[in-house]
Amino acid sequence: MIEELLQSSPGLMNFGIFFLLAVVLLLVVLGFVTYAILAERKVLGYMQARHGPNQLGGKWGLLQTVADVLKLLIKEDVIPKAADRPLFIIAPIIAFTPAFMVLATIPFTDKFQFADIGVGLLYYIAVSGMTIFGMVLGGWASNNKYALLGGMRAGAQMISYEIPLVMSVLGVILLTGSLNLTDIVVQQEHGWFILYQPIAFIVFFIASIAELNRTPFDLPESENELVAGYFVEYSGFRWAFFMLTEYVYMFAMSSLITVIFLGGWLPPLDILGFIPGAVWFALKFCVVVFVYMWLRATLPRFRIDRLMEFAWKVLFPVALANIFLTALIKTLFF
Amino acid sequence: MIRTEEMLLNVGPQHPSTHGVFRLVVKIDGEIITEATPVIGYLHRGTEKLAEDLQYTQIIPYTDRMDYLSAMTNNYVICHAVETMMGIQIPERADFLRVMAMELGRIASHLVAWGTYILDLGATSPFIYAFRDREMIINMLNELSGARLTFNYMRVGGVKWDAPEGWVDGVREFVPYLREQLKGYHNLVSGNEIFLDRVKGVGVYSKEEAINYSLSGPNLRSTGVKWDLRKDEPYSIYDRFDFNVITREEGDCLARYHVRLEEIEESLKILEQACEQFPAEGEIMAKVPKIIKAPKGEAFVRIESPRGEIGCYISSDGKKEPYRLKFRRPSFYNLQILPKLLVGENIANLIAILGAVDIVLGEVDG
Amino acid sequence: MSGEKDLDQLKKEAVAKAKAEAIAKRQAKAAGEGAPKQEDKPAEQALSQDTHPVEPAQTAGTPAEDGADLAKKKAAAAAKAKAAALAKKKREGIEEEEAPAPVETTPASAQPSEDGDDLAKKKAAAVAKAKAAAAAKRKAMELAGESTPAEETPAAQTSDEADDLAKKKAAAVAKAKAAAAAKRKAMELAGESTPAEETPAVDASDDGDDLAKKKAAAVAKAKAAAAAKAKAAATAKAKAAGTGDADTAAGGDDEKAKAKAAAVAKAKAAAAAKAKAAGAAKGGDVSPADTAEKPSANQPFLDKYRKVIEENLGADVLEDSYINKLSKDVPTLVAKKDTYFKVAQFLKYNELLGFDYLSELHGTDFVTHMEVYVHLFSYKNRQSVALKVKIDRDEPTIESLQPIWAGANWPECEAYDLLGIKFTGHPNLHRIMLGEDWVGHPLRKDYEPYDVEV
Repeated sequence: MIEELLQSSPGLMNFGIFFLLAVVLLLVVLGFVTYAILAERKVLGYMQARHGPNQLGGKWGLLQTVADVLKLLIKEDVIPKAADRPLFIIAPIIAFTPAFMVLATIPFTDKFQFADIGVGLLYYIAVSGMTIFGMVLGGWASNNKYALLGGMRAGAQMISYEIPLVMSVLGVILLTGSLNLTDIVVQQEHGWFILYQPIAFIVFFIASIAELNRTPFDLPESENELVAGYFVEYSGFRWAFFMLTEYVYMFAMSSLITVIFLGGWLPPLDILGFIPGAVWFALKFCVVVFVYMWLRATLPRFRIDRLMEFAWKVLFPVALANIFLTALIKTLFF
Repeated sequence: MIRTEEMLLNVGPQHPSTHGVFRLVVKIDGEIITEATPVIGYLHRGTEKLAEDLQYTQIIPYTDRMDYLSAMTNNYVICHAVETMMGIQIPERADFLRVMAMELGRIASHLVAWGTYILDLGATSPFIYAFRDREMIINMLNELSGARLTFNYMRVGGVKWDAPEGWVDGVREFVPYLREQLKGYHNLVSGNEIFLDRVKGVGVYSKEEAINYSLSGPNLRSTGVKWDLRKDEPYSIYDRFDFNVITREEGDCLARYHVRLEEIEESLKILEQACEQFPAEGEIMAKVPKIIKAPKGEAFVRIESPRGEIGCYISSDGKKEPYRLKFRRPSFYNLQILPKLLVGENIANLIAILGAVDIVLGEVDG
Repeated sequence: MSGEKDLDQLKKEAVAKAKAEAIAKRQAKAAGEGAPKQEDKPAEQALSQDTHPVEPAQTAGTPAEDGADLAKKKAAAAAKAKAAALAKKKREGIEEEEAPAPVETTPASAQPSEDGDDLAKKKAAAVAKAKAAAAAKRKAMELAGESTPAEETPAAQTSDEADDLAKKKAAAVAKAKAAAAAKRKAMELAGESTPAEETPAVDASDDGDDLAKKKAAAVAKAKAAAAAKAKAAATAKAKAAGTGDADTAAGGDDEKAKAKAAAVAKAKAAAAAKAKAAGAAKGGDVSPADTAEKPSANQPFLDKYRKVIEENLGADVLEDSYINKLSKDVPTLVAKKDTYFKVAQFLKYNELLGFDYLSELHGTDFVTHMEVYVHLFSYKNRQSVALKVKIDRDEPTIESLQPIWAGANWPECEAYDLLGIKFTGHPNLHRIMLGEDWVGHPLRKDYEPYDVEV
């Protein structure tokens, strides 16, 4: 449906529809972020022998994050005197916008997709890379040494890990012969790529954690070393933007993993086809999100030099080998 | 032309991983530390000065506030110093209560050290597990003394309160529970590759350096010096218990981590034996004069606290207040080696090394 | 060294005097007096002891009372005032020996054997002189009359106690002996002409009593029945007298106590009591001839340190050296100000000494002077030593130990900060706790807070 809209002629009506849809998506994503944060807190809580939020909004604490967001909205907006004011203000937006932009290409079901462009995967990776600018800028504009270190770490880490990330999906692309995400899902009808490309999946998953700045790769914001990293000087809603970015990326990345490796909306077995694709997608998506949270509850943090070594000396060669192997198998057996 | 510049970074006094108001001024080149200068004194309360106007019994609450993670050993060291000077024999039951309280405190302290150390390294769960188990110890000590952190439990000549009904049984049940938990802790953290990456071969110093820099406790034993005052200069009734002195040879952060965890197990052994031998009844206070006056002269005693050897020097002129009171505070001495260790390391290692020293700022600053 | 000797001498004199008084009182009691005034006197006696010119002032009233309480518990049926008096007496003996008692074994075994000899001798003498008791009593009475009232009564208590003890032992001989001892001592004191060898013997006999008493108490604590207790005490006594070897007797006693109370703890308590009793015996036993033998187990170490230092650095580098009995018998060396660094260096690098670990360094303001106290430890020899140096209070400057022990860095900064002692040669002497802008050095006794309100 959106495809047709994209190809229709520009007009006030179409603009209105687009705007409305965008707002709806924004709200959906914000809703997800709200409850993803809650879920993370609950999961962490139960893993850590405690309960997590359990006061506001019933015994599940359903309104806790809503209250948190409201609190952030009405907080005083503090901009340090020595900060580079324009950059300081614009940095969260630069970080935040690409996070929403990448959502456009994710096929949630075979019908529900905003932009079915031919190079969807490439688009995702290219646009998500722009977030780094926001982080580095935010770190630099804060005029704080910890923030600067955090920003530098973010830059180094995300650029490094983007390479194994891309390299690992090349195996999948070789198998499908397409960069279109819908095509990739459709190709998995006879088996998910996690089975055909296990090495690629592992590399991709590890690199994705690093891209998301989550434990054990949360070095840019590592609170025990750099206090809070690049957003140490941010408060109130500007800070919330960075948090939002993080969780939206988690949403996007989990979706992408579901699409590329877990068969998207496809049911695991054909006889389970009576269940709608959206449910399958949501289930798989939730499993991925849970694994992210699980890792966060379990692992300590990498050290920066080890992190870089890991990217360049382990993940990168493994991803390359995977490409070579895939190409070899494809030419020999198919 | 590329120009690099050294940057001066203040780590602390408000920083999540300095375990209090400790400040490190580090010069960094990128993330590599070229110089580190510790700055302390933010929590200096002048305990020694205050003590000059206080009677011996009144000083005991102040000692709680030095090493607030193992206040029992601090209580003990001042009582022990005065008792040594006055030649007071402690009733057996009081000795048992003291030893059990101190060992529980040691376990609690090592649990905090373990939990916060892993937290420093970025994992959150172990911290909460450690605090959950510590909470049980705190509850036990609360039953014993009526306080959770600053116990003020010991007195010159014995202890203030007798163990309540069933308290010893509680301790007895706690021992196997914690043993089981410790296995889980090892499974969760000790073999973790990322963790090993962070601590193995980090912050290494040799046996000679450790001795030269007056390190003590796990910091010293991690280099292979088999020295534990509980064993080698037995005080109280430690000579009645069978336990090992844990040492490691490597002298790195991992060795310190293992020494602490295994010391918990040794403390559990002591607790187990103490529960068995605990006298069914008896006095908890020796007969001491109402107003305690140490005889004229001076004394220095040292005992093994979780952080190393804590000592107490008293110079008395026969009055009811000490003429001069001085505590040998292990954290204060243990920190001295830090500038030497930090040069050439990066910020992440700074946290790992500092955490492994296991300081309590109340004690560093006195 | 010499100071200590003086102390010993003084103490010994004090002990002897007190004992003489006690014996006089015993006589008085035998004459049927003294009993009514017992209750209120211990304090007074303590006071009189307190004012006694014994320098160390260790005979202060409070510990004595405390010890009395202990004794009270141990002695099953002893009357309170009596026990106090006895404990007081014991205390005098023990006081200076208190610290070594738990640690050492050698002196404890050596002393009692001598003691036992004396005891045997004593007993023989007692039998022989039993008849002369009456005359001696009279003399003692005269002496008692001369002594001040304050001293009179407690001594009577002691005699009372001795009686009680004797009763418990169920031995008439002991009583006779006690009387004889009292008489003899009284005579000596009255005559002021003490045969050189006799004084220790008398002292020992009294202490022998103490010893036996103590042992009896220990056994009693080990839950022995009253009869068994008396018997045990009697046996121990007999053995001590018979074999002249208190050590074996002690061992036998120990065995008995163990047999009676299976608990290890109890046996330990008995052993401790024994050790204390031995200490007491020793305390009373010191005579000029015996001073060469030091009570502390650490004395050989001190001698070794002194010897090595004096051989290598000369005889005059040390101002003083002694065993600090209050501080777990740590050998203490007092260096001169100009030799302090040299001695410290020597202590670390000499192969025989090898004090590689600086455990503690701090300063103290003694108003007349400043003092730096350094506690050193050798991991090689597992031995401690305390090094002290007295420095000028107005110009407190001393060499830094930081070049020798890196661990002296911060403690010296602390001493500088809080006391104003300047350590020359310290690489970074700064005000580590209070900051450079703080006015004054708080641990100095003349410190005036800059801001009185705070």
